[in-house]
Amino acid sequence: MSIKLNALFSDSYIDISQYRDQHFKGNRYEQEKLLKQSCTLYVGNLSFYTTEEQVYELFSKCGDVKRIIIGLDKVKKTACGFCFVEYYTRADAEHAMRFVNGTRLDDRIIRTDWDAGFKEGRQYGRGKSGGQVRDEYRQDYDPARGGYGKLAQLQRTPEAPHKF
Amino acid sequence: AHIVILFGKRMKINLVPFSCDPGAQPHKRRRTSEPIEIEDRLESLICRVGEKSTSSLESNLEGLAGVLEADLPNYKNKILRILCAVARLLPEKLTVYTTLVGLLNARNYNFGGEFVEAMIRQLKETLKSNLYSEAVYLVRFLSDLVNCHVIAAPSMVAMFENFVSVTQEEDIPQVRSDWYVYAVLSCLPWVGKELYEKKDVEMDRLLNQIDGYLKRRQKIHVPMLQVWSAEKPHPQEEYLDCLWAQVQKLKKDRWQERHILRPYIAFDSVLCEALQHNLPPFTPPAHSDDAVYPMPHVVFRMFDYTDAPEGPVMPGSHSVERFVIEENLHCIIKSHWRERKTCAAQLLSYPGKNKIPLNYHIVEVIFGELFQLPSPPHIEVMYTALLIELCKLQPGSLPQVLAQATEMMYMRLDTMNTTCVDRFVSWFAHHLSNFQFRWSWDDWADCLTVDNEKPKPKFVKEVLEKCMRLSYHQRIVDIVPPSFSALIPAEPMFQYKYEDESNTSLPGFATAVTVTNAIKNRASNEEILAVLKEIPNPNQDDDDDEGDGFNPLKIDVFLQTLLHLAAKSFSHSFSALAKFHEVLKTLTESDEGKLHILKVVYEAWRKHPQMIAVLVDKMIRTQIVDCAAVANWIFSSDMAHDFTRLYMWEILHSTIRKMNKHVQKIQKELEEAKDKLEKQQHKKDSGDEEDMEKNSDDEDGQLEEQIERLQEKVESAQSEQKNLFLVIFQRFIMLLTEHLVRCETGSVDINTSWYKNCIERLQQIFLMHHVIIQQYMGTLENLLFTAELDHHILAVYQQFCALQL
Repeated sequence: MSIKLNALFSDSYIDISQYRDQHFKGNRYEQEKLLKQSCTLYVGNLSFYTTEEQVYELFSKCGDVKRIIIGLDKVKKTACGFCFVEYYTRADAEHAMRFVNGTRLDDRIIRTDWDAGFKEGRQYGRGKSGGQVRDEYRQDYDPARGGYGKLAQLQRTPEAPHKF
Repeated sequence: AHIVILFGKRMKINLVPFSCDPGAQPHKRRRTSEPIEIEDRLESLICRVGEKSTSSLESNLEGLAGVLEADLPNYKNKILRILCAVARLLPEKLTVYTTLVGLLNARNYNFGGEFVEAMIRQLKETLKSNLYSEAVYLVRFLSDLVNCHVIAAPSMVAMFENFVSVTQEEDIPQVRSDWYVYAVLSCLPWVGKELYEKKDVEMDRLLNQIDGYLKRRQKIHVPMLQVWSAEKPHPQEEYLDCLWAQVQKLKKDRWQERHILRPYIAFDSVLCEALQHNLPPFTPPAHSDDAVYPMPHVVFRMFDYTDAPEGPVMPGSHSVERFVIEENLHCIIKSHWRERKTCAAQLLSYPGKNKIPLNYHIVEVIFGELFQLPSPPHIEVMYTALLIELCKLQPGSLPQVLAQATEMMYMRLDTMNTTCVDRFVSWFAHHLSNFQFRWSWDDWADCLTVDNEKPKPKFVKEVLEKCMRLSYHQRIVDIVPPSFSALIPAEPMFQYKYEDESNTSLPGFATAVTVTNAIKNRASNEEILAVLKEIPNPNQDDDDDEGDGFNPLKIDVFLQTLLHLAAKSFSHSFSALAKFHEVLKTLTESDEGKLHILKVVYEAWRKHPQMIAVLVDKMIRTQIVDCAAVANWIFSSDMAHDFTRLYMWEILHSTIRKMNKHVQKIQKELEEAKDKLEKQQHKKDSGDEEDMEKNSDDEDGQLEEQIERLQEKVESAQSEQKNLFLVIFQRFIMLLTEHLVRCETGSVDINTSWYKNCIERLQQIFLMHHVIIQQYMGTLENLLFTAELDHHILAVYQQFCALQL
């Protein structure tokens, strides 16, 4: 029949972002291919106290959730403010990108992005202190994410005097 | 700005895209000026005309017409295709594009003729492809072309006459003739005046025929589609009845219609010089069995002029303005639902917005879609996200309208359809979670004065339960006044049967301790089964067998203990189910076993319905229980006290959906295998030497075997699916009949809260899964929905049948 009118019906919320996982085993092209077919989303800016149950409830509004993997501090093994949500179908994940990304969970605006697929080890923060990289360097105080950023914390608390 | 040079004359068309969507990719610039680039630019120019601009719409249309006329020699086909596409896909900008076509026709008569022909071809194709809403837009476009002097009025009337003559066809589904009548009526706001001026006798005859048809068509389906069962304050009218009333009022007003934006009026002097074309005679394509006509619907109304006290007056329910506004707003949502910021911006910049209480119309149209029966046009969560965007863009006015709407819907809960109440609950809780759960709960203190099963307190309870799922128990305690404590959900904690020392007398207690230790010491499935062997079977007096039959106590002890150890989170529980899958499969081999495991899960997690739902889901997916077991459990007398709770129905509908997806998946595999075989045989037949050297016979044989196996799998899955629906309908009939008989013998009114809930849940099964259920109508009618059934129950079935008749 007639043409699709690309000028009109953009669907920009489902586009892949600029982020690429530096630890991805493969080249840029391969990663992008996976991102474009993925059913898995990275979810960021969660509170450390946000539970798997809350994530399930919200993301189930877009379709059946296959699994959720809560991101953990590599050292403490406690939640450190991100997670992965995997759907059974791409279509359901696209709905989450369109309607959940940029809305609130646990009173915080959360951000979703395509993920190339969960692999063991990716559930851990990659910051030096064990949490996420972003929490290493941020300067603001966020009570739901451990207070000040790690670097800022070190700057704030003077070092204990060395014992002789 | 696009600057186009046209035969020495510089034409500047200022186009300002007004939605700055941060998600959108920046438009890539191409470096060379190629035909492809010009085609893209044409598409862009045409699509964007009519949007916010520093120049007037008229000057933009004039400029664009000039540009397109100049490009006709080289790009005529492309321009034709683009214009046909916008006619079909951008109905909210109908009159902008009809004006454009009018201007082009005035400059190039042949092009006008070719466009009309292309539109007719497109109309035929959309009808053949069951794209009925798009077909309406095309017919409307053609009719507005009469106003632009492109199409001669008499030929349009002739097409309408052919449409209306469908009402004389015999043995057709009512929804077929409905559509053709709807198509004619829905054009009249645009072209009624012009057609009446030219052909009033014919038009009167047409309207009389329509009147006669509307009087004799049946409307059994209406109660099933109404959001509220009450006539007050706004009747929920059947869509054709409402449109007819609007057209009659328009006729009484001598076809004076002031809302529609008509750019062609400014060009009247140019357009009336143009030569018109006659529409070729159009015969509606004959009815065929695979035609799927649109289902009837009910017009959703919740506001009238008294609700928007300040500012412009809301057009009345039977005014044609109301129809046009609602149509356009629905079209905008249809075009832009994927991009919520754009959608919100487009809704809020509706042309003519200063003459109407736009926020009220928007809120009404959105809720109309959200509550539409059988199902909303788009996924429910879209509407939540859209309303949030609208609140962001109009923070001073829209939230108030939304609060007013919420309040009104709360007040009318008593007569709201249960399915719609479900959606109201989900929407409201999700919306609140984006606004710190701020709400004036005290305003709803009246819900505390009636029985908890009544609609208002029930609504508040379900809302608070959903709010808790998006937050946590203490938060809910904090956000509601203390007087609401009876409606606060329970704290979602595991109820361990074998908890403390006081339970040592419970049968199986000792084994529970053993099992706990075994699991902690990483026992294998076999080891666990061995431990469980010691548990006596309370159902049997003597151990006549190995003890492998259904033993409820074994299930109790094992599952309670396992789930207790894994109670920390969903992930822990899923791991537990996976690790001891073998044990669970063994314990639930029988149907009784499957039913009992559900009972145990419920007992353990009865304060955490969300956990019950995810565990049931997991158990179905890992085949520990089957769908029929879940259905039987939902309807079991043990669960009667929770029968009206929302979570039960979410579990049941999720179960049905899994069953449906399972059947679809295998059917797809079968189709793919059949296609593969066909391709292979085609290759053989084409006698390609190279291919014949391969072991094609073996491959064929393998494939044929695979197809046979898949065929069996499909049949078995369909049988399971049919059985599931039979079980569900049977149980409904039993429950409802029991209630009706009891009331009759006791001379009590049947209309209790429970009854309303139950009968609407039965409706909900039909509505939510109507496509699948329609496959099994024969069986349902022969086995279950027979004439002997109580007429209250039979009515639901009859209303359902009436939806596609």
